[in-house]
This record gives sequence, C-alpha cells and structure tokens, in this order.
Amino acid sequence: MSAPKRLISAVEDGVLPDSESKTLIQRILKMSTAESASVAINSNVTNNLRFAANQVSTAGSVSDINIQVQSSFGPKHAVVVTNNVSDDALLATVKQSEALAKLAPDDPEAMPDLGPQNIKTVNAWFDDTAALTAADLIKAGLTALEPARKASDLNVAGYLVINETSASLGNSKGLFAYHRATNANYTVTARTSDGTGSGWAGAEHPDWRQLNIAEVSARAIEKARLSRNPVAIEPGKYTVIFEPQAVGDLVQLIAFYGDARSSDEGRSPFAKQGGGNKIGEKIMDPRISLIADPMDPMVLSQPWDGDGLPLGKQVFVENGVLKELYYSRFWAKKMNKQPTGNPTSFIMTGGTTSIEDMIKSTQRGILVTRLWYLREVDPRTILYTGLTRDGTFLIENGKISKAIKNFRFNDSPLFMLNNLEAVGRPVRLAGTEAGGAVVVPPIKVREFTFTSLSDAV
Amino acid sequence: MTTRRDFVKAGGLAVGAIAADAALRKANALPYSAAPAPALPVMDAATRDLMMEALNAAKMAGAEYADVRIGRYRANFVQTREQQIVNVADTDSMGCGVRALVDGTWGFGATRTLTKDGVAGAAKTAAAVAKATRVGRDKAVQLAPAAPAKDVSWQNAFQIDPWTIPIEQKADLLLKANAAAMKATNVKFVFSAMFFRKEERNYANTDGSVVTQTIIDSWVPMQITAVAPDASDFQNRGSVSPPMGRGYEFVLAQDLVGNALKWGEEASQKLKAKPVDVGRYDLVLHPSHLWLTIHESIGHPTELDRAMGYEANYAGTSFVSPPEKVLGKLKYGPEFMNIQGDRSQEGGLSTIGYDDEGVKPDNFLIIKNGIFNDYQTTREQANWLKWWYDSQGRPTQSHGCSFGDSWSSIQFQRMPNVSLLPGEKEQSFEDIIAATDKGIAIIGDGSFSIDQQRYNAQFGGQVFHEIKGGKIVGMLKDVAYQMRTPDFWGSMDMIGGKKSYELGGSFFDGKGQPPQINSVSHGAVPARFRNINVINTGRKS
Repeated sequence: MSAPKRLISAVEDGVLPDSESKTLIQRILKMSTAESASVAINSNVTNNLRFAANQVSTAGSVSDINIQVQSSFGPKHAVVVTNNVSDDALLATVKQSEALAKLAPDDPEAMPDLGPQNIKTVNAWFDDTAALTAADLIKAGLTALEPARKASDLNVAGYLVINETSASLGNSKGLFAYHRATNANYTVTARTSDGTGSGWAGAEHPDWRQLNIAEVSARAIEKARLSRNPVAIEPGKYTVIFEPQAVGDLVQLIAFYGDARSSDEGRSPFAKQGGGNKIGEKIMDPRISLIADPMDPMVLSQPWDGDGLPLGKQVFVENGVLKELYYSRFWAKKMNKQPTGNPTSFIMTGGTTSIEDMIKSTQRGILVTRLWYLREVDPRTILYTGLTRDGTFLIENGKISKAIKNFRFNDSPLFMLNNLEAVGRPVRLAGTEAGGAVVVPPIKVREFTFTSLSDAV
Repeated sequence: MTTRRDFVKAGGLAVGAIAADAALRKANALPYSAAPAPALPVMDAATRDLMMEALNAAKMAGAEYADVRIGRYRANFVQTREQQIVNVADTDSMGCGVRALVDGTWGFGATRTLTKDGVAGAAKTAAAVAKATRVGRDKAVQLAPAAPAKDVSWQNAFQIDPWTIPIEQKADLLLKANAAAMKATNVKFVFSAMFFRKEERNYANTDGSVVTQTIIDSWVPMQITAVAPDASDFQNRGSVSPPMGRGYEFVLAQDLVGNALKWGEEASQKLKAKPVDVGRYDLVLHPSHLWLTIHESIGHPTELDRAMGYEANYAGTSFVSPPEKVLGKLKYGPEFMNIQGDRSQEGGLSTIGYDDEGVKPDNFLIIKNGIFNDYQTTREQANWLKWWYDSQGRPTQSHGCSFGDSWSSIQFQRMPNVSLLPGEKEQSFEDIIAATDKGIAIIGDGSFSIDQQRYNAQFGGQVFHEIKGGKIVGMLKDVAYQMRTPDFWGSMDMIGGKKSYELGGSFFDGKGQPPQINSVSHGAVPARFRNINVINTGRKS
C-alpha cells in the first residue's frame, strides 16, 4: 500500500505567500455551511542551531502549517485546527467545527465576525534572513565556539534560530489580513570552567543584518570572565541598575494585567477600590510611557490582532498616567468603549542616560544583567519573585567593584517604576520569558527588594 | 495510528460519534473500573512504509544511525467561565520528524508532507544539516547499546477516550461545577476547562525498532476567585485537580460538582485569613503541593544534560554536578529519603512503553537512602556515566528518558515520573499535623520559582493552615517559603506511608531550544520539613 496522494497539491512545504493564503482561505470558506466562518492560517519554516559544552549539539529544519477554522451559528461557536491541506481533510475540519459549534452551549459574549478592515502593511520580511543556510548558522556559532575552544577556561552554549512565518485571517464577511515575517534570534551563555562565572548576551531582529553576532559572542564571554568568584553580600533594599534585558523580563509582565474587564470586575492591580478602573490615575514615574506599535523599526510585528482588528500605535501609559487598558470587542461593547485590539508588541520609552553614566552616579548599588524564573506571587500588586542570573555586580563609588552572588527578588514592576532614578535608550531584546517583540531601555531604580541569596552561578 | 486517508475517515467518524450521543452517555456512566481496556493500537502498513522510506533515505545520505517519528497529536479544549461557554476547540497535527547521525553529528528535519518524497526530503535535510554543522562538533556522539523494540505496541491507562464524549456533556459538567463553586460567599468568578491530549506515536530506527503507541492525558483546570465586597482584596483557589495520564473516567472520578463548593469556600476564607507572620516554621506539605517542590528541586537538577552544560543557555545547569563528585557521594536528604525515576506508574504523565529512541524505560533510584545515586539519561548520555555504572556492576544503558513533544521537535532528555517513595511507617497528612507543635500545613501548588542551578527556590501554595499544638487553628494567607535545596531536604524528618501516596503533575514542563513542553507526574507522600524560612508576600508598595 502506498501513501495517500494529495488531492490538491497547491500548498507545498514553506511559507505561504499572500495570494496562496487568500486562495486557500476562500477554498475553505466555500466548504462552510455555518452562519459565519473564519479561517486563520499560519505557516512557518524554522532553521536552528544549538551548541553546548563547546560543540554543536543539535541542529535542524522544520516546516509546518496551521489552519484554524471557526464556525459560528448565532451565539454558538467552535474552532478546529489541522495541518493537513488536502481537500478531504479541510472538508472534515470544516464539518467538525460546524458539528462542535452546533453542540456547544451558547456563548452570550460571542461577537460577530468583523467585515473588511483597513490594515496597514508592515514589511517584516528580509530576504537575507530567509536565505540563511545551516552552513551560515554554524559559521555564526563558531564566533563563540572558536574563542571558547582556544581558551582553556571557558564553556559556551548558544542558540541561533531563523524563523520565516506567514499569518493570515479571512472570514465569510469579507475580511482578509496577511502578514509575513522573518526573524533572527541569537543568544549565548558563556561559563568559566571553574564554575564560578557565567555571562549571557543576545540579539534579535527580523533583519539578520541588524545582528552583530560576533559582538554578542564576545559580550557573553567578557561577562563570564568578569563575573568569576562572586562574593556574597547581604540581601535587602538596593539601588539597582537593570540592563535592558532585565527591565524587559520584569516590566513586560505589566501587560498581562492590562485587561479592562479584570479591572472593572475588581480582580486586577488596576481595579479601583469601590469599583471601576484606574484609567486617568498616575501609576508610575512621569518619565515612563508604555506603548505598542507594530510599525516601529525595532519591532516590525503583525499589524492586526487575532480578531482581525487593525493595530496602530497604542499608548497604555503616558508620562506615568494610565491612559488605556485592553478592551476586548465584547467588553468594549458592554462598557460603550472602542475595542483596542490586542497588541503584538511592548515598548517602554526611554531617556538618554547611558549605563556607564548610571554606574558613575551610583555610590553603592547593583548591576543586573538579566532575570530568571519570574513567577507571580501576588496578582493584586503584580508582585513577582525571580532571580538574577549571568552577571550580577556590585557598584561602589561610581565603579563596578566586584562580581556578587545572585539574588532572589520579591518586587513589583509597578513599585520599581515608581522608584525610578534614570532611564537610558531603548533596545530590542532577544526574547523574554514571556516572549514577543519587546523594546525597552536600561533603568536605574532605588530600593529594589532582594530577599535572599542564591549559590547558583 | 493511521495515514492521512484514514485520518480523513477518522475525522468523519468523530463527527458521527458526536451525534451518537445516547450510546456514549451510557458508556460514560460506566464505573471507572468496569470500562473495558481499549484494544492496543496497530500500525498500518502505509505508516510503516513511510518510516522505512525515511530511514533508507537517511542511510543513503550517509547517516550511520537514524530514527523517524510519524505522529498524530490532537488536543481538545472546552473552556467556561461562571455560567457560560468561552471556547470549544479541537486541534490536530500530523507529520514526520527524522533524526540523522552523520560522522558523529546530529541533524534533524521535519515535514507535514506525508508522502514518500516528503519524508525522504526530511531525511535528506537531517543528513545535510548534520554534515553542514560537523565543523562545530568536538567528540562524536556515541549511543549506548539498546535492544531493538521490534514491532511492539503500547497504550497508557485510559479507559474512556475523551474524543468519544460529546462536547455538551463536557460543558454541562463544568457549568455545574462552576455553579456549585459560586454558592460560596463572595465567590464572583470561576474559570474552568477540560483539556485533553491524544498522541498516536510511531517510531522506527536503523537498529530495527518499530513501535506504535497511543497516549491520552486529561486535565480539568479550575480557578475560583472570591472578591471582598468593597473590592479591597481578591483571593484565588486553583490547582484543584491534577492532570493525569488517564481518560475521561478520571474526569468523572474527580467529583467536580461535589467538591467545587468546598474549593469556593476556601477562596472565600482566604479573604478573612490572617496574614502570616514572617519567621521560621515547621512545614507539613501535602502531596498536592510537594510534587512541584520535588519537580523543581530534584527532577530538574538530576537531568544529565543539565548537569553537563547542555541546557546552560536556557533552562540552566545543575548543582548536582560534576557527576564524578556527586554520584554515590552527595547527601541529598535523610536516610529514609528514596526518589524513584520511572515511566511505568499507572496514570503517570511521563508513563510510556518505549521512549523516543525505542528504549523500554526502567525504574531507577535517583536518590537511594538519602544519597544521590543516578541521573535521568538517554542513549547518548548513558555512555557519559560508563565509569559509574562499571563501578556499581550495573550495565551502561539508557533509562529511557528520550522524548520529543511533537513530530516537529527533535527528541532529547526529558523527565520521567520522579517520585518520593513512601516511608515504612503508615502515617497520614493528619498524623503528621498532629505531631507538629508550631507549623503551617500547605495544600495545593502555587507560585514557584527556582534558580538555574536549582539551589534557591520559593514556593507559595493554595491553602495554608496554621498548626499549633498539633491542631489546625485557622487559615493563613500571603505565605511563601524560601529554601536552599540540600538544606531543605536535609530538614525532612517525617514522611507518610503507602496509603498517603498521591500523584501530582504538570502538562507544561518547559526545556530546550526551540522550547519544548513535557507532561510529567510526581508521586509524593506528605512530609514535614523543620524550621523553614517563611516570608509574607502581601506587600502594598
């Protein structure tokens, strides 16, 4: 018995172009007998290289597609997802979503599909990124592997991943949206062989040419050597300079609590005692604004959300004042507001102070490279715990004086951004624990709370 | 496991099955143990042919070893809040992943195109990637010997396939549970969901293994929120029911409707609970809480790839390292502490017949009489410990911990079920509380965070009871404990017996780059830990 042939073989492995996405969506919509139907298609090609213990460990290439069909009958709806593009499978997917939708209980909050939207194009596709081969990836990895092998005191581990993706959304009301993107992400951790030093560095951008691979490798190695033989200092409240990665790890979490409904329902840090939410109130230092903007050259993210709502520049916090929360289409309708769209980026505006100047102006403080294992402790205040990692240093009299042991913290980005001393220039991060396109500056804050020491290097 | 054509048929059948409601309701009403075990999966010829095609293509492209996985991965979700449905979804993904070893270097290729050309293309890609990256390797990968698993099949402990249960029946049960929880004072919000996974996994390698397996996992997440009447506070009760490697019969056995009011009342009581005084306490930890502490502070640091630096750039390394300094030497806890790694416990999320290298996993003691005894391993890793196994008179072989979370993910070392074995004395959670003078009893897992070498951790929980003079005197809130792993386990002085053993677990254990998830269970008995540092997390500014 031979394997089944494709009935229609229009869709090959790879990233689906605009026109093919549209054709495929229309083909699926024609199969629908639901009152309304919506189809989302994501396709991807991922090439990656991992190395560890000074040698390549695994590398690979993967291609996939993801087709989501949502069928609705009035307030009843269901989603069925497949990665099989044959006509038979697509028809079965459509029928299954219709069968599930009919059987599902009513969703009183169901919103009708949107009609055509005015969506701007973001050019996030770079041919140079898409053209990279396994040989190019290992060449980049060797910028860390070769110096580490030549040195007798280092172990490096790293990851370089190149993504090519397409996303599209269409429905029976005539909406169609498409976005394609490339992305290059490189991160390296260097550790000293004596086990006492560890340094990390990373870079990310849709355009491969924006990454300085050799500089990232060198920065991780330098940090590892500088962080050797850390000494223990007492936990407590400190003035802290956070490098951008550490800022992003913690501050991005605020976005998780930005839902207007949770606030209006009294179960969010932005709920006002006595009812309602805190829009219009000052919630952090006036030097801080938190925005989303898919068009920002450092971001270049998808300019529409999962419902198909266009996304432009959105200001959530302006000069320290809470200006906006996320309103879903349902909650906006109920509260007589405009739906905001669900942002695809996180940007914190900055200032001009360099990290060097922040250090110079610090009598006694701590420099933090990045944070790790952040977990919610108290949702009422966005209090999180987590640890410093891969380069934590003591600053004395305006200079880095020594490497110190890592700390566990218990603190909130809201508390932190009320204790601001200085802000630097924003940069694109190489990914955070929460993920997404994040652009944030380095900052200096006072009275940040470290609660215990960690022996981890 | 089926081919694409069969899938289409299966898809049609699934639609039919939803309509065949009455018969299934009847099946659903069967007592847990009375449901007949479903028949073992059988691999169809087309899938086997494709796998052989891929292996041949890898060999032709120069691979000294290759393995192939063709899998169908499905998930089913029903999400509700209060008295309404939020979402119903079914996901289905199928494809082929090939791993090729060329000149001691790994390469991986994966495709959703399940034709001979498609899988051969993935195999050639795997070999080409291996060749291209050979310049970056140091020592050649060498696999420990493993007896081939020839034409074997296996499935986990499910009785009722959740895909045979109509959607409205699932929704109805959740909405009834939500209604019961909302009868508690001040409970304003409830989120609940059913989440099922079904994996049909086929595997073959150039050593002659051919394996087909079916796994079904089930989970009912629920979070109940009580809000103070003046909106000055809100408290959650979650983690009410563990995920399990079982079918819909496990959902029914949870008695969600019967228990939901109690969970709701616990959320409500937390509003009035006393904020904990910072200090040192004896902690009595229930298995529904302790499983996560075991996971983080024993499960992860005893992964051999972490200990050897292979996860340094993401998940981290381990304090249980280097192997030559810790195996047989590191004292992890008291003499009565025994930690087992296995993939055989019925209902365990990591339980499987054969791993993603075709190895039949064994049960092994990670910690034996309080001393560190072994790591979690794959075929590649077992060789790294040959000196240790030789010294112990044990064979150098994989413990069967290889796992890839999808056809599109390269397999690597993932966690087996890692469990604290019961003590000799038959004593319960309540017995240990009765023996405790000043302490806190913690039920359910909450906030958790641990450093990249697994030394310093902080854990919250769901329900905290203050213990005085052997009795529970009231509820506490804002409790979290901080620990240093070896000190913490060293302070354990009482553990429960066999009857108090329970499984907890997670659907979402993350590791690797690109990140992969793994489902894993941890068995635990209640245990007491002396003089542990407790902080108050209820800061206001």
